[in-house]
Amino acid sequence: METDRKVKLRIDNLLLSFGGVNALTDVSMDIRDNEILAIIGPNGAGKTALLNCINGFYKPQRGEIYYDGQKITRMRPDKLAELGIARTFQNIELYTGLSTQDNIMAARHVLMKQSFITGALYFGWALKEEIANRQTVEEIIDFLEIAPIRKKIVGLLPYGMRKRVELARALALEPKVLLLDEPMAGMNLEEKEDIARFIIDVFEGQGATYPNTPVLRDGIKCIILVEHDMGVVMDIADRIIVLDFGRKIAEGTPAEISANPEVISAYLGKEE
Amino acid sequence: MSLRSGTFHENYAQDMAILRTRLHWGMLFAFLILLFTCPLFFSDRILTIMTMIGIAIISVHGLNILTGYCGQISIGHVGFMAVGAYVSAILTAKFGWPFWAALPCAAMAAGMAGLIFGLPSLKIKGFYLIMATIAAHFIIIWLILQFRDITGGPDGFAVPKPKIGSFVFNSKASYFYLVMIIACLATFMAVNIIRTRAGRAFVAIRDNDLAAEVMGINLWIYKLQAFFIGCVYAGVAGALLVHYYGFASVDQFAFMDSVWYLGMLIVGGMGSTIGAVFGAVSLKLLDELVTVVGPILSAAVAAQAAASLALITRGLVIMLFLIFEPRGLAHRWGMIKAYYRLWPFSHEELE
Repeated sequence: METDRKVKLRIDNLLLSFGGVNALTDVSMDIRDNEILAIIGPNGAGKTALLNCINGFYKPQRGEIYYDGQKITRMRPDKLAELGIARTFQNIELYTGLSTQDNIMAARHVLMKQSFITGALYFGWALKEEIANRQTVEEIIDFLEIAPIRKKIVGLLPYGMRKRVELARALALEPKVLLLDEPMAGMNLEEKEDIARFIIDVFEGQGATYPNTPVLRDGIKCIILVEHDMGVVMDIADRIIVLDFGRKIAEGTPAEISANPEVISAYLGKEE
Repeated sequence: MSLRSGTFHENYAQDMAILRTRLHWGMLFAFLILLFTCPLFFSDRILTIMTMIGIAIISVHGLNILTGYCGQISIGHVGFMAVGAYVSAILTAKFGWPFWAALPCAAMAAGMAGLIFGLPSLKIKGFYLIMATIAAHFIIIWLILQFRDITGGPDGFAVPKPKIGSFVFNSKASYFYLVMIIACLATFMAVNIIRTRAGRAFVAIRDNDLAAEVMGINLWIYKLQAFFIGCVYAGVAGALLVHYYGFASVDQFAFMDSVWYLGMLIVGGMGSTIGAVFGAVSLKLLDELVTVVGPILSAAVAAQAAASLALITRGLVIMLFLIFEPRGLAHRWGMIKAYYRLWPFSHEELE
């Protein structure tokens, strides 16, 4: 069904270089609605650099990125968050001094309106808004099964849990596009299976289970996944794009990619 | 955070409340009643000390929001107090404004000064920002000295006691009430700013500014907001200070005091509202202890002992806290509360 797979993000001839080194060279791709797109490639292939361009950390020297037809190439990250692009990081980047619950509440920032003035008075508008958003946060906590660590300071949590809190924080932004940078790095099999399940559940939407939380009810229909674990990628991705040395070398369904000789040589080295 | 056995939360409002049980409310009222009946029991000397503590608490709350929560270290805090102090002093003494109108203007002026000197924070962090805030202090003091026509330059000028209607805050007791009411309001507002949207944005910037930006927090707006709020608090504290002395002079705003305010934050616990109160109270009380012990020591050991004792003790206390309790008295307080809550089954981990 080509119609409901409309292009959400278009990346057009992106060039990003640091000094003389090209991190990305003429990378173009269409990222569509209703798909989980995986970006794979060896270390240093430019996967994270690409995500950093999409959410405004890096300013590419050439090329453009379009989101729903709107040019977003050199926008500030916080503007992009308002537009509906959220991400998680390879090396967890949480607010270490806040509790799990407050980390997720902090991500509701763009969806909340109260200023420090009404906040200082607290009772009235601010409290009402706090309660409304707390409800959504609690549903996300429930969905990701992190209720027991709700009030724990995230700096003290184990690695797997912190990864999950980061996913929760990205969901709390209620994004249209979710960028996941190695969500399963450093996890054991069981934790990986959990995260894979969460990603699929987020993508599909939970419908009547969370009727009051749009992001969980309807799901996030455009997920970009950067991951090293081939088993996971082959299982959950609808489409795969392969980067190598900053260039796109292949694009296709998991079956096509696993049979692609260029991909095999990039990963395993050429057979002499 | 654990709850005492038998306490349950049935909705989010209860869960977010600070005062959760009848005992909490009772303790708060008992504290407020004790505080506001102090003038009945204590001498003017003790009321003076408490008034000074109250002013310090207001100032440290501001520094705590800026430095403790938003992570923008400022050693120019006294400079911003001076802005508030001089604006209020000039408006009341030279233009005959009433105090209640001059105080908000003083707060706003200090806040504006904070916005201007907060601008570098958008580009620089850490040590470089510290240098910029030190520069802010000296620029402000220099400006005050330059405009001697209205500020009196190095000579200063007399400032009237605050007056609301026909009531003049002349006595120690009346000024004590004025300061304590404002200090309580300041504490209430500081707590609430921190637990709502803006406060979380501040902490997000402190803990991880890159992630904060990706999560939709505009670093420019919120860093400047933290500077503004912090300096508004400083401005109010500064205004209260000059009206108390009845005189405005740059000597009241020494650079070292900024360092001591930061010291109060360290002793009390950075990034904790109750910590700001603890820090201001404990370092001010330490000063008073020194003024008692100093003369005795001077007589017994050496004549110069009293002069250096204040510096040595304050420095030593801050140093000891940095080494042994970097999270300050607020952390100790939290542990005591947890111990009390869990007693006699203190098996749960303390955070």
